[in-house]
Amino acid sequence: MTTLSLDSAFRRLRETDVYRSIVRHGAASTNRNRSLVVFENLFLHVHPVKVREKTLRFTHTYWLGGIALACALILTATGVLLMFYYHPSVPQAYRDMKELEFVVDNGLFLRNMHRWAAHLMVFATFLHMMRVFFHRAYRPPRQFNWVIGVVLLIVTLLLSYTGYLLPWDQLAFWGVSVGTSMAKEAPLVGEKSRFLLLGGNIVSENALLRFYVLHCVVLPVALVLMLSVHIWRVRKDGGVQGPPEESARREEVR
Amino acid sequence: MPEPPHDITNEEVQDRPDRRDFLSRLGVGACAAAAVGSGVVTLDFLKPKVLFEPPTTFRAGDPSDYPEGTLRFNKEQKAYVIGRPGGVYALSAVCTHLGCITRFLSDQSIIACPCHGSRFDLEGNVVEGPAPRPLPWLEVAMDSSGLLIVDTAITVAHGKVFKA
Repeated sequence: MTTLSLDSAFRRLRETDVYRSIVRHGAASTNRNRSLVVFENLFLHVHPVKVREKTLRFTHTYWLGGIALACALILTATGVLLMFYYHPSVPQAYRDMKELEFVVDNGLFLRNMHRWAAHLMVFATFLHMMRVFFHRAYRPPRQFNWVIGVVLLIVTLLLSYTGYLLPWDQLAFWGVSVGTSMAKEAPLVGEKSRFLLLGGNIVSENALLRFYVLHCVVLPVALVLMLSVHIWRVRKDGGVQGPPEESARREEVR
Repeated sequence: MPEPPHDITNEEVQDRPDRRDFLSRLGVGACAAAAVGSGVVTLDFLKPKVLFEPPTTFRAGDPSDYPEGTLRFNKEQKAYVIGRPGGVYALSAVCTHLGCITRFLSDQSIIACPCHGSRFDLEGNVVEGPAPRPLPWLEVAMDSSGLLIVDTAITVAHGKVFKA
């Protein structure tokens, strides 16, 4: 009885003017409407309307790109919440981090979630690239998407690195001291890029603010843009490629 | 009989630069110049013009405080001031490998970095470890009252001892 009434409730909802103004096509009951669900939705349209069933299997891609994407979503959600309590100033930044850990309800949970998702995202991105490499999925027509993937790896590492300074504890301070010393060793532009990155000669309040803006605005925007192109290109390049076909492998052996 | 002037062909019209072509080139050029200009201006904007950083100089006391074999460490400024016969010199305490602060081990008479195990002798030369360069020598000067002043922002030639 309940399912029947739920069914009819949904049917009635779908017939309302408001619902039809948002979703033009009716229920996804025909093949055409099922396609339209994907076509006419901004978020779904980067996806193909139809995929082969075998490409969804775990062993086809090990879902590594999806895991990295899920991490990015978690990081955005938890990161925005952490921003409500965080001041990028000295010494307030450290106190805010402690406040999040010991005072704010669920602050510790959110902070740890942000931290572990960040570690997992770097790890999953590496594994994802290895998977693509060993499955030879970087080959034409996917060569451009491989390049975008490399850029995404760099953006991911930069996000991870800029976030490292924000707690303003000893680990953060020395991590960034060491990292910017590495930047200094680059030929010609080394000294200048370190000065620009830190906004001065030492790891100071200027550096904290710069890393904060990079971490919370510049790099996330770059990530979302590149990620959109990356996922859209998967569809345009003919869907995900899993392990090479048996026949291709045999060819290789010969 | 002279040939009648022929009509201008389509190709000839296309080859000839006309006003529209000139103006569109001018427009593209102006946009490119504006893009480069705003890039340069933005880069300049990102360079801080005033820095509120702690001073890089410190007073190191009287030259007579540094008989041979004396080594004093200034924690704030991350520098060693070392006495040798007839003079004083200053060494940066920042490891040339990756910027950690080194320590003086008095029992071994060696300067050691805790991060990656680089070791330096008292003249800043690398004894072992990954450090690529010796510790820089810093400028030592004397103020009007006869006290030593060390500037950590200015490096001097390796081996340049300040003679009082």
